[in-house]
Amino acid sequence: MSFVEYSDCIQDGDVAIIYLSHDSMMPVKVQQGAQTQTRYGVIRHSSDLIGQRYGSKVTCSKGGWVHVLHPTPELWTVSLPHRTQILYTTDIATITMMLELKPGSVVCESGTGSGSLSHAILRTIAPTGHLHTVEFHQQRAEKVAEEFKEHRVDHLVTVRNQDVCKEGFGVTGVADAVFLDIPSPWEAVGHAKAAMKRHGGRVCSFSPCIEQVQRTCEALADQGFEEISTLEVLLRVHDVRTVSLSLPDFGPDPSPPTHPDGSEKSAPTSGPNQTAVSLKTTTPPREIPGHTGYLTFATKPRT
Amino acid sequence: MADNGDDDSAYRIKEGDYVVLKRGDIYKAVQIQPKKKVIFEKQWFFLDNAVGNLYRTTFEIVSGALKLQKPKDSGSSTDAKQGGIDNRNIVDDGKSQKLTRDDIEGLKEQGLKPQEIIQELIKNSSTFGDKTEYAQDKYIKKKKKKYENTVTILKPSCRILAMMYHGREPGKVCHLRYDTLAQMLTLANIHAGSKVLVFETCAGLVLGAVMERMGGYGSVIQMYPGGEPVRAGVENFGFPTHFHDTLHDFPICRVNALLAGTLDTTAKEPTAGGDLKQPDAAAGEEQKQPGAEQQGSPEEQSMETNSAADGVQDLEREEKEKLREAKAQEKKVKMEEKRKKLAAAAALLEGRNADGLVIASRFHPCPVLMGLLKFLSPSRPFVVYSQYKEPLIECYTKLKEQGGAVNIRLTDTWLRHYQVLPNRTHPLLLMSGGGGYILSGMTVAVDRSKPSGSRRAEEPAPKRQKLTDTEG
Repeated sequence: MSFVEYSDCIQDGDVAIIYLSHDSMMPVKVQQGAQTQTRYGVIRHSSDLIGQRYGSKVTCSKGGWVHVLHPTPELWTVSLPHRTQILYTTDIATITMMLELKPGSVVCESGTGSGSLSHAILRTIAPTGHLHTVEFHQQRAEKVAEEFKEHRVDHLVTVRNQDVCKEGFGVTGVADAVFLDIPSPWEAVGHAKAAMKRHGGRVCSFSPCIEQVQRTCEALADQGFEEISTLEVLLRVHDVRTVSLSLPDFGPDPSPPTHPDGSEKSAPTSGPNQTAVSLKTTTPPREIPGHTGYLTFATKPRT
Repeated sequence: MADNGDDDSAYRIKEGDYVVLKRGDIYKAVQIQPKKKVIFEKQWFFLDNAVGNLYRTTFEIVSGALKLQKPKDSGSSTDAKQGGIDNRNIVDDGKSQKLTRDDIEGLKEQGLKPQEIIQELIKNSSTFGDKTEYAQDKYIKKKKKKYENTVTILKPSCRILAMMYHGREPGKVCHLRYDTLAQMLTLANIHAGSKVLVFETCAGLVLGAVMERMGGYGSVIQMYPGGEPVRAGVENFGFPTHFHDTLHDFPICRVNALLAGTLDTTAKEPTAGGDLKQPDAAAGEEQKQPGAEQQGSPEEQSMETNSAADGVQDLEREEKEKLREAKAQEKKVKMEEKRKKLAAAAALLEGRNADGLVIASRFHPCPVLMGLLKFLSPSRPFVVYSQYKEPLIECYTKLKEQGGAVNIRLTDTWLRHYQVLPNRTHPLLLMSGGGGYILSGMTVAVDRSKPSGSRRAEEPAPKRQKLTDTEG
C-alpha cells in the first residue's frame, strides 16, 4: 500500500480506509494485535484486516459490517484529521488540471496545512516528480511529515518549516508549478517566481476573500505573470430519490369511457385506482457546500 | 539571449510538433508541417517561421507568414485620454465614428499596425473623450481584440486542449466541459503505474487526458465500439512515441467472449471459425490454405499457356500477380499484428484486475458501466460522464440493486470566471448546466452470501419523503 501505488492485500503497517457509509469513513493504521472501535463493533486487525483483500467486507463484533478500502488522496481528504481548514476534491481536481500537473512535475506549495492537497499532488507527480511544501507552524509541519512517511510517499516530498513570505520555498529555478494557500499570497509572489523554472510554469493562489484576490492579481501582473485568470468551482450533489406525487381527485369522470381497450395507457386520472405516481429523480441535499475560495491562475513566462 | 542548446531544445518548436495556436481565448490545434497553410481566425498563414523559436512565443501575421513580435510592440502604447464623469450625455446614434468600413480597410491595406489603426479610430471618434476612463479602457480592449493579428504558439496540454474542444467543438466531446474533465481525472485516481480502462467517444480527448496523467507508466486500454478505435484527439497532445507503447485497445464486441472465456487469440490460419474479424470477409479467402500464395503459380502457368503468343500480356499478368501476392502478404502481416495486439489487450483484461474505469460517451452509460465494471479489482474507483442526468440516475439505481460498489455519487460542477480589475471586479458568465454530469464510485468485493440490497440505504424511505413533498 502507498498513496501513489495500489496493492491488493492489506498488510501490517498499511493505512486503510474503513468505509461505514458515504458520509462516514475513517483511516486506520493497520497493526498486528490492534483493534478499532466502530459503531458496528470491534475490528480486530490481525484476524479481520491483515491478509484480507482491499475492498473486502469486514464483519464487526456486534454483527454489523463495513468495507475496507485502499487509501486514495480523495478518501484521505474526506477522512483525514483536520488541523486546519482543508481543500476539498472539487478544488483539488481543478487545481491539478489547471496547473498542468503530471508525473515528473516539480511543485512548490505553501501552506501545507493538513496535507489534503499535498497528497493529491504527490499522487499525480509520482514517481519522478517532487513536492516542496512549506508550513510555518512547527507542529503541523512535523505531523504532516509523519503522515507522508506512514503513507509511504516521503521520498517524493520535502517539508520545510519556515515562512514562505520571508524565506521562500527553499529552492530556486526548479518548479513547474507553485500553489499558494496563505493569508497574504501577494507577499509570496516574488518567491514563487524565483522558485519556478526559468523556462516558465504555472502558479495558483487560493483565497477565500475577493480583496486578497485583487491584491494577488496586482502582484502577479507586477511580477510579469501572464494569462491571469480567476475562477471558482462549486460542486452540486444530486441525491437520487424515489418520489411519490399524489394525484388530485376531481371527482368521478362524467363522460362515458371512449377507449376501446380501457387500458391504463390513457391519462392516469381515468382510473380511480391510481392515487399517486412514483418517479425516480434527484434532489439537492439539504445543505449545499457553497463558497470555498477563489482560484487565481497565471503563467510565468520565460525569464 | 544565447542559452546552452541542450537546456532549451525541449522548449523549442520543431517541425512535426503538434502545437496549439492561441489568440485571446481562441485555441486551435495544428501540426507544424513545412509549407502547409493553416487557417486561424479568418487568416491564412504558414507556420514555417515558427520552427526553432521557443514555445509561448507570440508572432505577428504579416503577408501570410509569421514574424517575431518585437517586445516594444506588445506594450500598450494607447493611453486613455482624460475622460468624462459618466455617460448621461453620450448618445449612441451609430454616427460617432467618422471612419467608414472602407476607410478602415484602406488603413489595413496601407499596412498600419493594430495600435495605429486603434489610434486612428480614437482620433475619429466624437464620443471617445466623453467616455469615462474605464469606458475608454474597455473600448481600447475591444478594438485590440478585433484588430489583433498576432498568434501565440503553445505546447499542448490537457488543460489547453480541453478548453479548446469545449470552446470550439463541444459536440465532438459530448459537451464535456474542462472542469468536469478535471473532476473525472481526479475522482478516478488516474496516476502513473496503474491499469486504466477508458471507453470514450470524445474524439480521444479523454483518452489523451488519461495518458497525460499516466506519464507513460502503466497501461491504458481503450475499449471501443465499432470497427476501429477513434483517437484523433490523442495526436494533438504530442506525446513522445514511447507513450503509445502503454496504449492498448480492445473492441467491446469481444467483451462477452472474453468474459465467457471463449475468446480465441491464438495464431491460426483464417478459417470460418470467425474468431478474428477479417477486414474483407470474402468467402474465397477464408477457405485458402497456408500455401495459398504457391497455388497462384499453377494458375499462372495455365494462364501463360493460354496466351503463350502474347509476351507483353504475360508480363503484365505476372506483374499483377506479384502485386496481388505482395498485397496479400502485407495483409497477412497486418492481420498478425492485429491479432497480437488483441491478444495483448485480452491478457491485460483477463485478470479482471484493472485499477480504474473512465466512461465518457454518447452511448447509454448504464450497459457500458455494468459491462466493464467486471474488469475492475475491488476497492478501485470508476467514473462515468454523461451529458444528461437521467441515464446516470439509471446507473445509480442499477448499481445499488446489484451491489459491488460504494460511495456512489452523482454530481456536476458550476464554474464561474471573474474579472479582477481595480474597482471593476465582478463575476463573469456562470457556466452551469452545460458541463455534463458525473457518476463516481468505488468497487468493493461482491458479497455472494447476502442479498445485495444495501441495509444502510442511502435513500430515505419514500414514505418519509412523501410527507415532505405534499406539505404546503
